[in-house]
Amino acid sequence: METLLNDFSPGLFVVSTILMLALIALMVKFAWKPILTSLNEREEGIQGALDAAEKAKREMANLQADNQKLLQEARLERETMLKEARELKSKMIADAEAQAQSQANKMISQAQEAIESEKKAAMAELKSHVAGLSLEIAEKVVRNELSNKDKQVKLIEDMLGEATLN
Amino acid sequence: MKIVQRSLKCLAIAILMFLPTSIFAFNAGEDGGQVSGKQEVEAYIVHHLKDSHDFNLFSYTDDSGERQHFGVALPVILWSSEGLVTFMSSEFHHDDNGHVIVEKDGLKFTKIHSKIYELEKGATAVSFDADHHATNASKVLDFSITKSVVGILLIGLLMLFWFSRLAKQYKKKQIPTGFGRILEPLVLYVRDEIARPNIGEKHYRKFTGYLLTVFFFIWILNLAGLTPLGFNVTGQLAVTACLAIFTLIIYTVSGNKDYWMHILWMPGVPIFVKPILAVIELVGAFIIKPFSLLVRLFANISAGHIVLMSLIAIMFTLKESLGVVGATSLSFVLSFFLLLIELLVAFLQAYIFTMLSALFIGMAVAEHDHEHEEHAHEISSDVEDVRGDFI
Repeated sequence: METLLNDFSPGLFVVSTILMLALIALMVKFAWKPILTSLNEREEGIQGALDAAEKAKREMANLQADNQKLLQEARLERETMLKEARELKSKMIADAEAQAQSQANKMISQAQEAIESEKKAAMAELKSHVAGLSLEIAEKVVRNELSNKDKQVKLIEDMLGEATLN
Repeated sequence: MKIVQRSLKCLAIAILMFLPTSIFAFNAGEDGGQVSGKQEVEAYIVHHLKDSHDFNLFSYTDDSGERQHFGVALPVILWSSEGLVTFMSSEFHHDDNGHVIVEKDGLKFTKIHSKIYELEKGATAVSFDADHHATNASKVLDFSITKSVVGILLIGLLMLFWFSRLAKQYKKKQIPTGFGRILEPLVLYVRDEIARPNIGEKHYRKFTGYLLTVFFFIWILNLAGLTPLGFNVTGQLAVTACLAIFTLIIYTVSGNKDYWMHILWMPGVPIFVKPILAVIELVGAFIIKPFSLLVRLFANISAGHIVLMSLIAIMFTLKESLGVVGATSLSFVLSFFLLLIELLVAFLQAYIFTMLSALFIGMAVAEHDHEHEEHAHEISSDVEDVRGDFI
């Protein structure tokens, strides 16, 4: 301890204190302040750049998501449009079919009616024609039959016979 | 392969740089003669550990048997009983035992074991008592530009040069080039690993300048102590005391209310314990902390120098038992490995000094935003644990 105290030099202590104070002051002013400021600025710059990149990435992702959404919407819209069109098409076809059907039915029934009336007319005409013909034939047959006496008798007899049977 | 080559190259440079210490270190004996005996080696080591008034690089004995010294004389500045006295250290003619008396302005001065004494009026030679203390001379205040002061100046200028250049580089570009590329990570290391975690995000900026200066100052001077120039600045008590007192002043001045509360009136303990704790805390804050700082650095660096020089001295002390080649090679091998350890210690001591300074400052500016009554005991024990780990 005594040696240590003896070794301690007050003069050197004072001189080194003054020199250290000067050194600290000079170093802080000319070295540490500008260095630390620049380092901080650089770090902040890097941080800022990183943040900006992150932000840009996020925006890009948002944009992409938007695009995706738009695309999805467009696809859905197309889908619905196609569906509507398909429905419309089938509806139109069905309508047309129904209309055609009814038209056809109508035409058929008209035709049938026409046929029916034609048929009736034809039948009536045929009837009257046949009646005429029958009358003519009956007239001719009667005339022929009645030309012979025997035959007349025989006819009466036949007729009578039939009548008895009835 | 490249790495191996490179590391070999580094090793070679290290050897070339540091081993010549052995050549220079023992050339000048205390009495100007060659050093050979154990006693002389011891005396020489003690002499080296002290500050010196001239910057002696090496000495040799010429053909006519006279000691020739090669080095630079430094100015001696004294505050004597009659005011300021200055002369060059060469006037002592490398005497360190009080044999040479320098007369200046009617006053007589002599140098004994690196200390300058002023002789009493009328005395013509120093007389010693049994313990080799001068009886008719007293120490004077010595503000000389000693070897340590030269070391501080040189390293200070070197630091200013390096780091102001680094600072200038940032004006032009974002990333430094050349030597700045080595300095920048060191600056970042001190800021991010020492200042920021120990002092806290909020306050560290204010103290980083001091911590950086101290870190590089101690580290570079420690390294300079391992060169053949033979500086022993960080092994001077006056220098480490100066650094420790700076730290003491900084954490005392910047201590906040919580800090003083914890020292003077510890919250959360019984009232009768508080004065006892206050005494302990005051002693801790004003004596133990700075003392641990100054002694640790001084002792580590001194011990390193003593061991390294002793290992180099094997060359002389074991010459007879091992032969010249054996003693020399043993000395080279041992001192080389110790030198590698010392390179680590040089960094480690700078780191520990800065780190502890940051820790002490951090304790003084820490903000306890929680309730004292509940956690006070916990905090104080934490602080004690942390302190216990480092002291």
